[in-house]
Amino acid sequence: MVERYVMSIDQGTTSTRCILFDHRGRLVSVAQREHQQFFPKPGWVEHDALEIWRNLRRIVPEALSGAGDGVAAEAVSALGIANQRETTVLWDRRTGTPLSRAIVWQDTRTAPLVEDLRSDPGDAFFLERCGLAPSTYFSAPRIRWLFDHTPGLTQRAANGDILFGTMESWLIWNLTGGTAGGRHITDVTNASRTMLMNMATLAWDEELLGFFGIPHAILPEIRSSAEWYGEDRSVLPGRPITAALGDQQAALFGQTCFSPGEAKCTYGTGSFLLLNTGTDVVRSSNGLLTTVAYKLDEQPAVYALEGPIAVTGALVQWFRDRLELISSAPGIETLARTVEDNGGCYIVPAFSGLFAPHWRSDARGVIVGLTSYITKGHLARAALESTGWQTKEVVDAMNADSSLTLRELKVDGGMTSDNLLMQILADVLDVPVVRPMAAETVSLGAAYAAGLAAGYWADLEVLRGNWHRAAQWLPDMDPTRRASEYENWQRAVERSLGWIRPSNGP
Amino acid sequence: MAGPVQSIERAAAILRLLAAGPRRLGLGEVAVSLGLAKGTTHGILRTLQHVDFVEQDAATGKYQLGAALLHLGTSYLDVNELRSHSINWADALAARSGEAVRLGTPLEGRVLVIHHVFRPDDTLQTLDVGALLPLHASSLGKVLLAFGTANLDSAVDAGLEAYTRHTLASADELTHALAEIRENGWGAEVQEMSMGEAGVAAPIRGHGGLAVGAIGVSGPVERICDARGRPELKLLTLLRETARAISRNLGAARW
Repeated sequence: MVERYVMSIDQGTTSTRCILFDHRGRLVSVAQREHQQFFPKPGWVEHDALEIWRNLRRIVPEALSGAGDGVAAEAVSALGIANQRETTVLWDRRTGTPLSRAIVWQDTRTAPLVEDLRSDPGDAFFLERCGLAPSTYFSAPRIRWLFDHTPGLTQRAANGDILFGTMESWLIWNLTGGTAGGRHITDVTNASRTMLMNMATLAWDEELLGFFGIPHAILPEIRSSAEWYGEDRSVLPGRPITAALGDQQAALFGQTCFSPGEAKCTYGTGSFLLLNTGTDVVRSSNGLLTTVAYKLDEQPAVYALEGPIAVTGALVQWFRDRLELISSAPGIETLARTVEDNGGCYIVPAFSGLFAPHWRSDARGVIVGLTSYITKGHLARAALESTGWQTKEVVDAMNADSSLTLRELKVDGGMTSDNLLMQILADVLDVPVVRPMAAETVSLGAAYAAGLAAGYWADLEVLRGNWHRAAQWLPDMDPTRRASEYENWQRAVERSLGWIRPSNGP
Repeated sequence: MAGPVQSIERAAAILRLLAAGPRRLGLGEVAVSLGLAKGTTHGILRTLQHVDFVEQDAATGKYQLGAALLHLGTSYLDVNELRSHSINWADALAARSGEAVRLGTPLEGRVLVIHHVFRPDDTLQTLDVGALLPLHASSLGKVLLAFGTANLDSAVDAGLEAYTRHTLASADELTHALAEIRENGWGAEVQEMSMGEAGVAAPIRGHGGLAVGAIGVSGPVERICDARGRPELKLLTLLRETARAISRNLGAARW
C-alpha cells in the first residue's frame, strides 16, 4: 500500500512553505521560498501576489521530490492552506492579474481613515457587528483605500470584473483553475479579520458593507475552515483542497487547543496569544479581539479571544541589527545570562505603538531605570522580560474577559528555543509553559484541518494523540517579587504612552 | 608526502598582512602587497570571511581580521545558537525514536547539556538543560572526546570515576574506545553511567568539519540496545541522519 500524506501550504509574511506530514503528524519534507518585501513609502508594506503564486507552484514539486525517494502527487490525501492574515489583494476575474501589489497586514497607510472611524461612528458600532475595533491591521479599510485611489475601480467592481481576497482566497482561486473557473472562496477565520463579517451569523454584514461602500460582488463566498473546497487543477491535479485558516488560528489548531480554556502563544517577530472560548462569542472589555478559531464542516464555529503583541522577537532583531549588541538572535540569551537580574531596567518596545491590550498608537518605546550600573547584559534581560510582561498583560485580560482561567500555556515559534525566555514566561505567568514536539504548528494546523475534512484523520482525539510535550518550564519566582516587578513594568508602560502628539503626526 | 598547499600559504600571508597594519585594507591593496591576482585574492578573502577569520566593512568594502581569530582557543559557536539551529531536528529525532534527546558541549572537563527534548510519552520529565555529565561515562562526552571537541587530558585530570562496573575507568580503555568511535562515526554508552540506562551519540560538525557538539538519544538499555547489548541499527540511522542534517544547517559541507 502506498503511504499517504497531507500537504500543507503556509503562505507567510516573508516566505511560503510547503510541508508534507505523515499520519502521526510528523514532518516528512519541507520546501520554502521567500518573496520580496516592498516598502514604497514609510509605513507601507506590499507583496507581489503573482510572485507568491509562482513560488507556490515551485515549492509543491520540491516538497514532493524532497521526501525520501519522492512522493507521487496521488499519495497526497488532501491539501490545506494557512496564510498571513488581513493582507489584501484585488484582481481581475478575467485576466487573473492583480490590480496592484497586495497590501500587507503591517501596512499603516489607512491610519487617517481608521482615526476617523474610531471617532465616528466609534468602536462600538464595529465591535457589535464584527467583534473588532477599527485598526490599520484589518482588511476593510484597505479595500476602501484601494477604491479611493484606483481610478475606474468602482465601475469595474460594479460590472463584476473585480475579485477581493486575502491570500488564501487568491491561492485557492488560482489552484482551482483561476480564469478557467477558479473558486472564489474564503474561510470563516480569514473572513473574521476583514471587519466585514458578522461575528454571530458568520455571513458578510450588509450594514458594514454599506458603511465601507464595498460591493458584495467582489467578496468571496465564506466557507468552513475544513470542508471540500474543490479539486486542484494546477500543481496537484485532482487532489482535493479541504482546509484554509489564518496562520494564528492554524497554530491554535496545530497545538490541538480544541477545548475551551486551552491557549497557545506563537513567539515570532510579534506574538499572538489565542484562547479557545468554545462555541460562545466572548466580547472583550479588556482590549482583546474576538475572532473565529475554526469551523469544521457543518459543526458550529469555535471562537477565540486573541491578544496580538506587536514587538517581541523584533526587539531582539533590533538588538542585533541596530544596536549590534549581539551577532545572532539566540545570542540574546547568552548576553542576558551574564547578569542575575534586570538591574532595575525595563524596556517597553512600543516601536509603532502598543497592540493588545492597550491599543495605543501614540505610545513609543522607552527604556527606564537607567543608572550607571546598567550593562548590556541588563538590557538583554530587560528585552526578554518585556516579552514576558507583555504576555502577562494579555493573559490577565483574557482571565478578566472569560470565565476560563489559563492553567498552562502552550508555546511555539522561533523564540521558544530561548530557554531563559521560557523560564521567564513561566515565572511571570505563574503557570507551566509547554513546548510541543512539533515546531511547525501553523503548517501542522492546516494539515490537520485538511486531513480531518478528507477523512485522513478520524477525529480530534486522534490529533490530540499526536501532540507530545517536548519541554516544560515550571514557575519558580517569589510571588512578592513577581508583584513588584509587574508593578514596575506597568509604570514603565505608563511612561511610553502619549509620546506621539497629534500635531507631531504619526 | 605532498608539498605545502599554496592557497593556505597565501591565506596565511593575507592574515599576517591584515594583522600588521592598524587600518583596514581594500582588495586592491591586499593583492598588490602580496603580488597576487585580484581574483585569487578575492577568493581567499571570501573564504576567510566565510569562516569569520576576516571581516569586511559594510560601508567601505575594506577588510580586517575577524573577531573569531581572537577566540580561536574557545568554542566559536554560541551554545544558544547551536540549540536554535538544532531544535527542529532534535524534535524530529525524539518523535521518530520515541526516546529523549540531548545536545552537549564541553565545559570545564564535563559535558554541559545545552538542549533536552523529552521522551514523547507525556510522562512527567524534568528539563535538565544546564546539567553536567561526565565526559568518559556518557555517550555525548565520549563523542566530544573522540572528535577533539573536548580534551582527553582534562577528562583524565577530572578523574575517571567508575560509576558502574561497565564504566571505562582507565585511560587505556578510554583511548581504545575513542579510536573505535572515530572509526564508526558514533559512540555508545551501555550502562556505563548508571545500570539499566544506555545512550548513543554522534558529532555535530560546523565549518570545515570541526565538531562543535554532540547529539544523543538515551533511554532504558532494553530499548536502546538489541538482545546482544548493541545499539539498535534503526536508532543509529536516525541519529546519524539527524547529526548530518544539523551539521549541514551549520555549514559543514560534506556531512
